[in-house]
Amino acid sequence: MSSKNKPGNDLFLYLLRLGDTSLVLSHRLAEWCGHGPILEEDIAMTNISLDLIGQARILLGYASRVEGKGRSEDDLAYLREERAFYNVLLAEQPNGDFACTMVRQLFISSYQFFLFEALQKSADETIAAFAAKSLKEVTYHLRHSSEWVLRLGDGTAESREKTVQAVNELWMYTRDLFDMDSVDRNLLTAGIAPDMNLVKEKWEQKITGVLKESTIPVPPSDAWMASGSREGKHTEHLGYLLAEMQILPRTYPGASW
Amino acid sequence: MKNTDTAGLEKEFQDRIDRGEIIEPKDWMPERYRKQLIRMMSQHAHSEVVGMLPEGNWITRAPSLRRKAVLLAKVQDEAGHGLYIYSAAETLGADRKDLLAEFLSGRAKYSSIFNYPTLTWADMGAIGWLVDGAAIINQTALAKCSYGPYARAMIRICKEENFHHKQGYEILSTLMKGSLPQRAMAQDAVNRWWWPSLMMFGPQDANSPNSEELLRWKVKKYSNDELRQRFIDRTVPQAEHIGLSFPDPLLKWNEKRRHYDFGKINWEEFFNVINGRGPCNRERMKARKKADEDGLWVRLAAEAYAAKHPNLN
Repeated sequence: MSSKNKPGNDLFLYLLRLGDTSLVLSHRLAEWCGHGPILEEDIAMTNISLDLIGQARILLGYASRVEGKGRSEDDLAYLREERAFYNVLLAEQPNGDFACTMVRQLFISSYQFFLFEALQKSADETIAAFAAKSLKEVTYHLRHSSEWVLRLGDGTAESREKTVQAVNELWMYTRDLFDMDSVDRNLLTAGIAPDMNLVKEKWEQKITGVLKESTIPVPPSDAWMASGSREGKHTEHLGYLLAEMQILPRTYPGASW
Repeated sequence: MKNTDTAGLEKEFQDRIDRGEIIEPKDWMPERYRKQLIRMMSQHAHSEVVGMLPEGNWITRAPSLRRKAVLLAKVQDEAGHGLYIYSAAETLGADRKDLLAEFLSGRAKYSSIFNYPTLTWADMGAIGWLVDGAAIINQTALAKCSYGPYARAMIRICKEENFHHKQGYEILSTLMKGSLPQRAMAQDAVNRWWWPSLMMFGPQDANSPNSEELLRWKVKKYSNDELRQRFIDRTVPQAEHIGLSFPDPLLKWNEKRRHYDFGKINWEEFFNVINGRGPCNRERMKARKKADEDGLWVRLAAEAYAAKHPNLN
């Protein structure tokens, strides 16, 4: 039996996927800091970014214990390369304008909402506890982003145009959220992870509802979809993000901060 | 007749101040008191908002997840302080929109400290320890000022600033326990931030045009020089404790005065930076203007949506 097939390795990879998504999205939101459209939004975006970094720390910390090789949460965040990151592709997409950021947030918060809702019943107690705690945060992120998408979609002609464009640009990264590989299937069998098809159904229902209310057309079901995050195959954006994020620990190997 | 009335009211107002009473928004106050407070509070609020930029510059490069979370929380606090102080200024009849317009047009000032660049991670430590340390001294004094809403805002803000101060000192003390390059990074940051931090208390008393009036109204309770001395006396032992020094050969304990003596502050630099000629003035203003301009369509969308859905909220 190769190490890849051990149940511990599946759980480790699964935790990296969840943790990396929170970490990378947190980074993107932090890029807005001080540049938001109103002060209240600077507070909201740093708040969401802070929640996400908290999630990343719990998940990567647990991943480090599951792996048991002495790599800390920081080693996992700062010393893995692009191909060993497993965040969903959507999380690494650049901020673009405010519509783009809020649509991305709506898509991911909605995904996290239904995923964490299901993970509350995970057979893994640590994941279940994490999900219950984080669901409260994500509920707020989802409400915040859907209210903005409503306002932008059903606001002015200009804001609607930008929101339509954001939805069309980001839509191709939404299937990647729900792709299942052997890791997901093994953990589903073990009662640790949910069936992503069920999560996807709820997600589609929620997103269709918000977009309709925002007067934004839902992209066609045969739209082309990107994938690859399960194998660490990313868009070109992630490399730059990691180069920035990891610069200090990589410049000063072994240093404490 | 009217003049006599005003004179009477002004005397009564000054008597209240002298008795140590707190002025509340609905109380009568001299127009000049109102204006001075709006000026100070809006400058303070603008400073909190501009202050997000130099530190925001390092969130994405914070060297550990814990440091990143703490820095994010700190910068979020600053946005919150900005909002809180704008609200306190609104109790005096000012409108946040007007205050922002004055700031973006360059008519209103903000703390000149934020016109210096953050060049290394150690700057996050130096800002927390020195800049927030100086702010705490200023704000602790303001927490006892005569205008109620401002004083109360300061009490709340000081609690958070103490946490900022600690995290800054902790960043530097960790660096000072680290490798040679880390220690050099810490010392370099302190060398760059020391003098600008001392300038945060404002000009020397002899050259501080607003001071006399503000002291009489107990908006200020201590002079710039008194507060600066207090900061130096408090900070020097902290530096020694972790092996940092300050770039001032004249900095020395004076047993007779029971205070530290220190060298001459470069006031020319201070007035240059205040008047737009500092390393980052243009960038900071450009960043804030861009945020405002880029955000316009968002704010208009929110207004349009609210107009279409009048029953919301």
